[in-house]
Amino acid sequence: MTMAVNALRTGRLARCLPGCLQAVLGTALLMPAVALAGWDELNMTVGVTDLSAEVHSLHMRIFWICCLIGAGVFGVMIASMFLHRKSRGVKPATFHESTKVEIVWTVVPLLILVAMAIPAAKVLIKMEDFSDSEMSIKVTGYQWRWHYDYLDEGIAFYSALAPEQDLARQRGAEYGLEQFGDAYLRDVDNELVVPTGVKIRFLNTAADVIHSWWVPDLALKKDAIPGFINENWATINEPGVYRGKCAELCGRDHGFMPIVVRAVTPEEFQVWADEQRASAMAAAETQHHPRDLATLMASGEGVYSANCASCHQQEGQGIPGIFPAIAGSDVATGNIEDHVAMVLHGVDGTAMTAWSGALTDAEIASVVTYQRNAFGNEAGDSVQPLDVRAMRSTALNDANELDLGVSR
Amino acid sequence: MSADNAHDGVTHHAPGDHAPEHGHGDHDEHGPASGMMRWITTTNHKDIGSLYLWFSLIMFFIGGAMALVIRAELFQPGIQIVDPMFFNSMTTMHALVMIFGVVMPAFVGLANWMIPMMIGAPDMALPRLNNWSFWIMPFAFAILLSTLFMDSGGPAGGWTLYPPLSLQMGDSFAFVIFAIHFMGISSVMGSINIVATIFNMRAPGVTFMKMPMFVWTWLITAYLLIATIPVLAGAVTMLLTDRYFGTSFFSAAGGGDPVMFQHIFWFFGHPEVYILILPAFGIISSIIPTFARKPLFGYDSMVYATASIAFLSFIVWAHHMFTTGMPLAGSLFFMMSTMLISVPTGVKVFNWVATMWRGAMTFETPMLFAIGFVIMFTIGGLSGLMLAITPADIQYHDTYFVVAHFHYVLVPGAIYSIMAATYYWLPKWTGNMYDETLGKWHFWISTVFVNVLFFPMHFVGLAGMNRRIPDYSLQFADWNMVASIGAFGFGFSQLLFVWIVIKCVRGGKKATAEVWEGARGLEWTVPSPAPYHTFETAPDITKHMVR
Repeated sequence: MTMAVNALRTGRLARCLPGCLQAVLGTALLMPAVALAGWDELNMTVGVTDLSAEVHSLHMRIFWICCLIGAGVFGVMIASMFLHRKSRGVKPATFHESTKVEIVWTVVPLLILVAMAIPAAKVLIKMEDFSDSEMSIKVTGYQWRWHYDYLDEGIAFYSALAPEQDLARQRGAEYGLEQFGDAYLRDVDNELVVPTGVKIRFLNTAADVIHSWWVPDLALKKDAIPGFINENWATINEPGVYRGKCAELCGRDHGFMPIVVRAVTPEEFQVWADEQRASAMAAAETQHHPRDLATLMASGEGVYSANCASCHQQEGQGIPGIFPAIAGSDVATGNIEDHVAMVLHGVDGTAMTAWSGALTDAEIASVVTYQRNAFGNEAGDSVQPLDVRAMRSTALNDANELDLGVSR
Repeated sequence: MSADNAHDGVTHHAPGDHAPEHGHGDHDEHGPASGMMRWITTTNHKDIGSLYLWFSLIMFFIGGAMALVIRAELFQPGIQIVDPMFFNSMTTMHALVMIFGVVMPAFVGLANWMIPMMIGAPDMALPRLNNWSFWIMPFAFAILLSTLFMDSGGPAGGWTLYPPLSLQMGDSFAFVIFAIHFMGISSVMGSINIVATIFNMRAPGVTFMKMPMFVWTWLITAYLLIATIPVLAGAVTMLLTDRYFGTSFFSAAGGGDPVMFQHIFWFFGHPEVYILILPAFGIISSIIPTFARKPLFGYDSMVYATASIAFLSFIVWAHHMFTTGMPLAGSLFFMMSTMLISVPTGVKVFNWVATMWRGAMTFETPMLFAIGFVIMFTIGGLSGLMLAITPADIQYHDTYFVVAHFHYVLVPGAIYSIMAATYYWLPKWTGNMYDETLGKWHFWISTVFVNVLFFPMHFVGLAGMNRRIPDYSLQFADWNMVASIGAFGFGFSQLLFVWIVIKCVRGGKKATAEVWEGARGLEWTVPSPAPYHTFETAPDITKHMVR
């Protein structure tokens, strides 16, 4: 397996070496940025919005300016190191202090900076213009998944690392990472589908800690801060799949909360939106139907893997001192209502967040039942979705009914 | 006036028959105490300087080992070696150890050793405070490092301690805050001592504009420390009360603001960046003229540039926060002020190059490290200029491009300056020349590996690899493997440095008082090794070049 990854990687290295050479040559000849082989592994993406292209061109402009300055400074230094060495028998000059020279090398860089600041300010002003957006999507960061809420379409869902990749990364390299190719750690279970050619406003916020919603191809990166809402916008020009990551350290699984934006034509988007609404309605209708223990256990295992296992671990053993074990815990073997309440409302001041918003009544019923009857726990009892609904506090209930009505 | 006072005090203290030149260590009333107690009770600036430098060297290997854990995990995609939580605490601790335990103590150690000798003073102004500032450090770091062995693990929310994430930590959090307070107290006391020494202890005739650049840069650095460390102390204390006493400074749910922490933190954090580099500028400004055999080009403008950098460092902090959702006016202001800071920094680089120009250079190890510093620090400075462009920064922010940038200014920047300073002054400290051949090997091996380590990080960063992740997608695999090879190469080549230093301490070719042909400054007028007490009578500076 290691051999396979190595072979894969050596192949990649061999492929991109010519790219490096060309990049070096490109630097030497001061060529404008052109599409070079392997370039995408070395440089910023041009992206698929007008703004991302402008950001890219700012990046290239300042890059070449830095290269020129570097070439000048290093050129003089290298020349000096060859010419003015004692071993060549030179006598040191004694000159020092020159106000004229000092003024020149203060003013010239200032002028270069002004030349750079003006286009940068223009792009920045455009980035901050949120007017006339045609669609708003609220993006909420959770440890460790994203929640997307299409404010006008009545669609809302969670999006987390694709389950098979989540399993792979938890089991380690021997699971076979190369089967995923370049998509490893970049696929999600539910993609954010958006229409092309529409000015979309993203409203970023978070439920627990600070996250940052970053999609390089859209040149969007804005922190998602609990209690605050940040704006961002993009008009995507081309249909396609654009991948991103959480960019702000948000705890243990910060590296495992990818973003996938799928841009489709407005017509296709309409079809997708209708399907989403229909399936959400169907799920809402059936979610409070009573289930037997086996059904709850089966669905609970899936909910547990997707939501609980990254902290409490696949076998419920936790991580001593950081994340409590569920196997044999007082909570999972004690009073069932306390157990449900802890899952619903979380534990203040710890990484245990309130799940009342994130999980449906059916999901909470399943996962609580599962925790009480797995990992050697033998509580033997179960809880029904309807019970969970009753146990949500009145205030929370009101808030969540709105939310859950349109959940998957 | 103050210099005269110091002078009186010195002559009073040192009887006339004690010539500062020879054999002072033999007088038992002035020589060091023997055994361990010498180091515990010492108030001698040279002893304390050595303590700081050895402490820093030990921490360098501890922090380095943490970096190697990080690079070992990132050698291949997939999680192979450590849990993501431990990975996060490695990145956090690596930063805290390297910043507060390596670069800052090393600079304070150099200041202790060199500032009194450079300004013709017999010792630091406040010797007991000096002892105390050092001896706080081992305790602070014992506390910090002990958190790794606690049940809840070390701090894992990044060295920036952003809430609410940092508030999710276990109870080792309180120990981390306590350790940071200790480090801060040590730094502030050290800084007060340096300011007091420079203001009061200069030999008669050593005016401000005759002070060596290292003294100037440290004077300004000390002010930065005194101004910013209390801000850090305030920020972490607010975290502490949020965590344990129910306040809500940084919790929106209680009416606070998590972003306010970032503003306060970076109001400390950005001047801190210059605390980590201004003394380096001073070192380089001493070494390049020596080996170019030509006076520093533009001493006055170097002083003004340092002061401008220090001033500007207080008004650029929010460039660390371009993605937090600042008002447009804020983004524009911090973009412009950040770009502006490259002007005085450029002045420094241009002045070093002009000093080299038409000199008669030789390339002993200190000069190699100094030139390495100028080139690689400039690379880091230029990527810093790129990061100042706000719209582009939105793409660079929190990627490996940033990691590459600040490691270029800190490793082949700050660390190289410390290496250069060590090689430069080691003969003065020990009386022996270090092994020049091994020194050159150390430079070249380090320089090759440090670039193999950090240069590819620019690529993966631009291609989209975010920071502080224990696992990554396969398209970043090549360059991460390259960087990890560089990391191990660089890390292990530092053992060579330890060997060279130990070898030099134990013996070697005897050094002359001047040591280097082109050296100027009062430290080169005393014998090598420098006697335990120097300048008990103030030097007659009309006979010597002060800089």
